[in-house]
Amino acid sequence: MQDLLFVLLILTGFVFLGSGRMQFGIRTVALQGILLGLIPLLGNLQDLWARLTALAVLSLAIKGMVLPYFLTRAMHKSKALHEDNPFVGFTASMVVGIICLGGSFWIASRLPFIDSSQPKMAVAVSLFIVLVGFFVIISRRKALSQVLGYLVMENGVYIFGVAFAVDVPWLVELGVLLDVFVAVFVMGIVIFHISKSFDHIDTDQLSSLTG
Amino acid sequence: MILILLCLAICTVAGIGAWLTRRSPKLTSALGQGGAVSGAALGMVGAISVMASGIPEGLRCSWSVPFGSCSIELDALSAFFLLPVFLLTGLAAVYGARYLSQPKYASRLGSHWLFFNLLSASMVVVIVARNAILFLMAWEIMALASFFLVTLEHERESVQRAGWIYLISTHLGTAVLFFFFILLGSKSGSLDFDSFQSAGEVIGPQATLLFILALIGFGTKAGIVPVHVWLPEAHPAAPSHISALMSGVMIKTGIYGIVRTLIWLDNPSVEWALTLIGIGGVSGVLGVLLALAQHDLKRLLAYHSVENIGIIFLGLGVGVLGQATGTPILTVLGYGGGLLHVLNHSIFKALLFLGAGNVLHGAHTLNLENTGGLLKRMPWTGTMFLVGAVAICGLPPLNGFVSEFMIYAGAFHAVQSLDAFAAIPSILAILALALIGGLAVACFTKAFGIIFLGQPRSQHASEAHESAAAMRWPMVVLAALCVLIGILAPLSPVMLRPVILQVAPLAALLVSDSMAQIQTTLAVIVGVMLLCALLAALLLWRRRTKLTGRARADAVTWDCGYAAPTARMQYTAASFAQPILRLVAGIVRLPKRFTQPKGYFPSAGSFSTETPDVVEREAWAPAFRIVERVLMRFRWIQTGSIHLYILYMAITLIVLLIWKLW
Amino acid sequence: MLNLPSLIPFLIALGTAPLLLGVIQRTKAITAGRQGQPILQPYFDLSKLLRKGAVYSRTTTWVFRAGPLLSLAGLGTALLMVPWGSVPATIAFSGDFVLVLYLLALGRFFTIAAALDTGSSFEGMGASREALFAALTEPIVFAVLITLVRLTGEMSLTNMYQQMSLILRSASGAALILLIVIMFVILLTENSRIPVDDPTTHLELTMIHEVMVLDHGGPDLAFILYGSALKLWIFSALLAGLILPVYTGNLLLDGLAFLSGMFGISVAVGVVESVMARLRLLLVPHMLIGTTAIAAVCIYLTLG
Repeated sequence: MQDLLFVLLILTGFVFLGSGRMQFGIRTVALQGILLGLIPLLGNLQDLWARLTALAVLSLAIKGMVLPYFLTRAMHKSKALHEDNPFVGFTASMVVGIICLGGSFWIASRLPFIDSSQPKMAVAVSLFIVLVGFFVIISRRKALSQVLGYLVMENGVYIFGVAFAVDVPWLVELGVLLDVFVAVFVMGIVIFHISKSFDHIDTDQLSSLTG
Repeated sequence: MILILLCLAICTVAGIGAWLTRRSPKLTSALGQGGAVSGAALGMVGAISVMASGIPEGLRCSWSVPFGSCSIELDALSAFFLLPVFLLTGLAAVYGARYLSQPKYASRLGSHWLFFNLLSASMVVVIVARNAILFLMAWEIMALASFFLVTLEHERESVQRAGWIYLISTHLGTAVLFFFFILLGSKSGSLDFDSFQSAGEVIGPQATLLFILALIGFGTKAGIVPVHVWLPEAHPAAPSHISALMSGVMIKTGIYGIVRTLIWLDNPSVEWALTLIGIGGVSGVLGVLLALAQHDLKRLLAYHSVENIGIIFLGLGVGVLGQATGTPILTVLGYGGGLLHVLNHSIFKALLFLGAGNVLHGAHTLNLENTGGLLKRMPWTGTMFLVGAVAICGLPPLNGFVSEFMIYAGAFHAVQSLDAFAAIPSILAILALALIGGLAVACFTKAFGIIFLGQPRSQHASEAHESAAAMRWPMVVLAALCVLIGILAPLSPVMLRPVILQVAPLAALLVSDSMAQIQTTLAVIVGVMLLCALLAALLLWRRRTKLTGRARADAVTWDCGYAAPTARMQYTAASFAQPILRLVAGIVRLPKRFTQPKGYFPSAGSFSTETPDVVEREAWAPAFRIVERVLMRFRWIQTGSIHLYILYMAITLIVLLIWKLW
Repeated sequence: MLNLPSLIPFLIALGTAPLLLGVIQRTKAITAGRQGQPILQPYFDLSKLLRKGAVYSRTTTWVFRAGPLLSLAGLGTALLMVPWGSVPATIAFSGDFVLVLYLLALGRFFTIAAALDTGSSFEGMGASREALFAALTEPIVFAVLITLVRLTGEMSLTNMYQQMSLILRSASGAALILLIVIMFVILLTENSRIPVDDPTTHLELTMIHEVMVLDHGGPDLAFILYGSALKLWIFSALLAGLILPVYTGNLLLDGLAFLSGMFGISVAVGVVESVMARLRLLLVPHMLIGTTAIAAVCIYLTLG
């Protein structure tokens, strides 16, 4: 069952790479957040169930609802409805995604400290999601896309954390969530202000600010 | 063996004879052609007899050259590689004699036949040589002879450029080979191949280095990406039968070298298989993509050589994978498929190049956009070209399918039985083959469809004529071989058995087991294909009976109501390939020149694209520019004064003397 | 290898393949609230076309006439090797799927050549697009086969599909679901259905497969229509075996389960055609590469 979730997560990664519509991207990231929330619940709960459930509910609420709502508002305000002219095309992005997927599975199979008890799949998927987020941040122009890329990257880190949930104190987890929330908040404000003063949010135009 | 020696002697003597009699075109042509054909026929008998008996024949005598010895041997592997050499030498000679009978070649016949015969003889020596010095000498003669053949029409600037690129790249490859043989020789203590054979343990950790050197050195001749750049330049420049000979067999000497190296180096690893498959996949896919972008038929075919070398590498990779993991069926299918593809590619590629020659001869152009409708005017050439096109796409029931099927089957066996790490190369091989297959169909429907079907797009094309019989029947022979190898597919493992046993030291029993399995499969495939042919015949008969006595009208093509279509409105080669090329625009750039029509009554507008080689432009050209810049600093040495040059020599000699005496 | 009773499924397939087309069209009609044509309409069309004469363009050569024959012959032979789910195919051998796919490719080669033979730019355009889509689907189909070989450990279609019921019990359910999605996309692409191509469109510029056969008429067109029915059957059969991996051992039951799966798929195709619009042409490669990504996930799942 957990495998199915991981597969769905990979697919959201590809959907995210292959689409240029912001609304769609936000929804994909939201879906990814919801899926993430479900992962710990479907795993081996043992005596950690209370902690994990709390974590899941919190992440569902923040990543599945609060952030998407906030981002949608930012999108409408900045009028950045579509990623118009990315550095790497959407089809090519998916090809890059396939290569990233291969690479992350390869790395996961080579990492020495993973014993058979931890799901290898989780490590591979988390690496893949991090790479996807990273790639989107590099290859897209709009600031909103980059915020989304950042969120996806953070989701990847979260999966990695869940895979090793036993070793990670939950305060750290909470800290990560909070961190993201604040980061997105700040970025949202920045986007809003950039769009207000320059009429567009193409980050590659920021270099024109330098003297 | 004696037959091979006789063949060498005849070729050399006939070549020199042809050059001496160059004043009389008739005599020189007869000598050159006769020598090549009779030599090839004798050699063919020799090679086939060794293939049949399986007993290697050798000749070893000493030679005064340091480290050299005049060792030659004809074993199964050599005999197998000699088959296409002799076949194509003979056919190309017959074709070439007719092709060159135009007056503009009259003054060049002497040198042509000299180098033609030398090229054939040197290829034979390369394949039978058993000493590194002898091998490298023959290798160099082969390179030079083919250089002079490529530059036969040396007054054309494009030909000069092509000649230089070829000369430079082949020598860079040879330089790497020197290093390879010196390293190998220093390990094994002698430059005789026999000592390499037993040097497996001595080499040890340096095996991978040697493997890489061999890949670069031999790969340059074979034309793998990224050292393929000479192929698309040299093939269009050379006369068609020379292109056929070079693309059909000369580049296969590179494959021969790599297979020989694999025999010498023990214990191949999965990483080697991955390397071979990686190179094969990249060469195959990039080759076919670049081929798709070409408008010149011969350049297109040259890029397809890159693609097919890639397929051969995929086969060899699967074979190495079998050796590395100890799975006999993979070894048999991989090497079997790869080697059979060597033979197959020689046949259909030569067929296609001869077809290109006929197109050039009949329609005076090789530009796809100026041709069209040639099937009606050149029915023989067109039909034979179609056979070659179907064969090169690897479609059943022709020979290309047999070898590709063996590689597929081997790779799928690997997917089925190996663990994840070892299965990855085979998965890549399958996906690469599938992609290549799909793109090859696109490319050859384009080549055949645009040239031979539809309506003529130019004056020349509408006045095209069929070629003379001597330029047709070599094509017929090759096309018949394509069909024959396809139909006799179950026999191919029998033919390949001694070769595979030589390449991979396997227990004969295991090989026989795998062989029997493949033979049954191939027999079933041939049965199914016969059924398919039967079905097609049935449908043909049914349509004929249905249509008898009914209205059959000839009309114009559906023109959507537009009354005055012209031939120039047809889909062109460029437009046919555009959707695919647009998709890979990141890899294969298509610089465009576009003049937009202006105003309400535009007078002129034009649009054209070209396809420079991406590797040449993005990698080699900058690299050579840097080399040039560095070397320019040493220009002050070149003063042009002869005294100074003598001084340099003297200094060098003295330095050497002191160094030796120290 | 070849025994007479195993010919029965083949013969039934030959007979019922056009019915699939009828079911699709009927489904579309019902979803649109129309009465629709009789479900046997494809048969009526075929028999009408077979009774007609022929018109050939003066530009064409024998290649044009060979196209429909070779393509149908290839499809008919390929059908021999396609199993009915767990009911074995007439011919099965190790690596038979490669031959099946290459027979289809052979047919495609000559269909494209026949289209170019007319010298019409419409048909050239269709041919070009067909070549593109085929080149993109080929690796996906092989990726599916890699996954199946890896999951079942078998090398022929018949054996693979007999093992399918066992897979369901093992832990590779996720891969199976993905395979079904991929195969459905391949089915739509290879058979030129919406959203890739619209078989009912009336504008030449927007057609892909249909525009390639514009100049064929009479018996030739009948061969082509029948061929496309067989092609639909082949890809539906490969999909039906994945959707309903039933293996009772009773040939009759298995066969019935398979047939119900086949018609279920036709209904699904009809529904998709009713609710979706055709994709913009440039988006089709995008979709196919997305499918390749899913296929890559499938392969990785079997490697782990």
